[in-house]
Amino acid sequence: MAFDAGLAVLVLGMAVWTITARGTFAAVVGFVAYGLLLALVWVRLAAPDVALTEAALGSGITGGLLLGASARLRPTEAPATGETMGIGLRVAAAALCVLVAAGLAAIVVLLPEPAPTLAPPVAANMAALGLANPVTAVLMAYRAIDTLLETVVLLLALLGVWSLAPDRVWGGFPGPRHDADPHGLLTFIAQLLVPIGLIVGIHIFWVGSVAPGGEFQAATILAAMWILATMAGLVDDPPVNRRWLRILLVAGPAVFFAVGFAGWAMAGAFLAYPAPYAKLLILTIEIPVTLSIAATLALLVAGPPERAPP
Amino acid sequence: MADFLLAAAGFVLAMVALGLVRILRGPGDADRIMAAQLLGTGGIAALLLLGEAMSVPAAVDVALILALLAAFVSVTFAKGATRTEVDRV
Amino acid sequence: MSLTLDVLTVLSVCAGAFFFLAGTVGLLRFPDALGRLHALTKADNLGLGLIVLGLLFQVEGPSAALKLISVWFLTLLAGATVTQLLARTARPGGMFE
Repeated sequence: MAFDAGLAVLVLGMAVWTITARGTFAAVVGFVAYGLLLALVWVRLAAPDVALTEAALGSGITGGLLLGASARLRPTEAPATGETMGIGLRVAAAALCVLVAAGLAAIVVLLPEPAPTLAPPVAANMAALGLANPVTAVLMAYRAIDTLLETVVLLLALLGVWSLAPDRVWGGFPGPRHDADPHGLLTFIAQLLVPIGLIVGIHIFWVGSVAPGGEFQAATILAAMWILATMAGLVDDPPVNRRWLRILLVAGPAVFFAVGFAGWAMAGAFLAYPAPYAKLLILTIEIPVTLSIAATLALLVAGPPERAPP
Repeated sequence: MADFLLAAAGFVLAMVALGLVRILRGPGDADRIMAAQLLGTGGIAALLLLGEAMSVPAAVDVALILALLAAFVSVTFAKGATRTEVDRV
Repeated sequence: MSLTLDVLTVLSVCAGAFFFLAGTVGLLRFPDALGRLHALTKADNLGLGLIVLGLLFQVEGPSAALKLISVWFLTLLAGATVTQLLARTARPGGMFE
């Protein structure tokens, strides 16, 4: 009880500090710290899948994304800090936040006892899918349509980022060229951590069918390792007009759609899995989706093209 | 044993909170880049203790990811602080 | 047997928590950024190692124990190398001074 109260106070304090921080870099640091603390909260609530996703995606990759954005905004930072909002606008923003928070709290507190849940039917039918992790069962079978649309949304976001490129570098290399001393510290760090990260990523992917894990978390780890390698100058992002890159990005959603339509033929509904092949089909979807999502996330963090294509 | 581990996790978290207060207050960004390191070690310790206290074996996986991503974020912080304004075209 | 294991766990975790305390005291009291980084990394990683040692007595099975040790090893590895990078950024004459 005291532990929970202390954790809640810490997380809330972190959030308040992040909002009131001066300077975008400080705010990004606060945001990442807040995300990592939130992962602790999720473990406390016995939701390790969400904790995995929060630690990897919510604070790691999003932190990288925000830092890249803050670096691009640096020329505008001084004038932006100089602006102050009028008191009316602040009161309106505060009122809106309080309203939303109160609404959420009311919904949670006023849930009927016992809260309506579909957990028993999920648990009862998991064995037919060959899965032992209910979260994966929900993500890849019962609500597979949501996962499919998520992958499409990520691709659309990437298209949005690419469309920010000026005409002369259209289709070029994303992000600046990172030069690092090949015998230096950053290279050493990357050479050390990236192979370990790859192994951890594959482990998290594979264990997702029986324990917390799965493709999104694994894809995030792979993307983070790629970004680390680019920052050390070990590899460079390919120019975005390369066909093989675009095929890689689209492969995941394409396979997902294909299995979905095949489900119509084989089992009577979009994304239905015929019973003996369910696990195999899920695996067939997961592998290309992991690779596509990893590439999409890595390119999102790299940003719009900044160097002309060859 | 579970209560003791929970109390230990709470203690470690209190240490992390104290450290965060000092780091985030520190004038300038030189201290703030350490925040990911602090959470990398302290957060992992609290996670492992919490996972054992609540019998959530997956907490070790979360700790693995936390270790990797904290290192990644620290490198991004250090690199982000030194990124040049001139981009090669 | 299980009582011995429990006692060992309590001892190790307490020692680990003590080192976390020491690290935080260092973090709060050292006058410059490099000293704070030093206290943070060394003491906290040692504290983490002792806590992992304590938890090793509680887990069942070699695979869980191996995972715990690999977490500590990874943190040690990442910490030792990345803090060098942070130190170069934070030292006088680095980016922030």
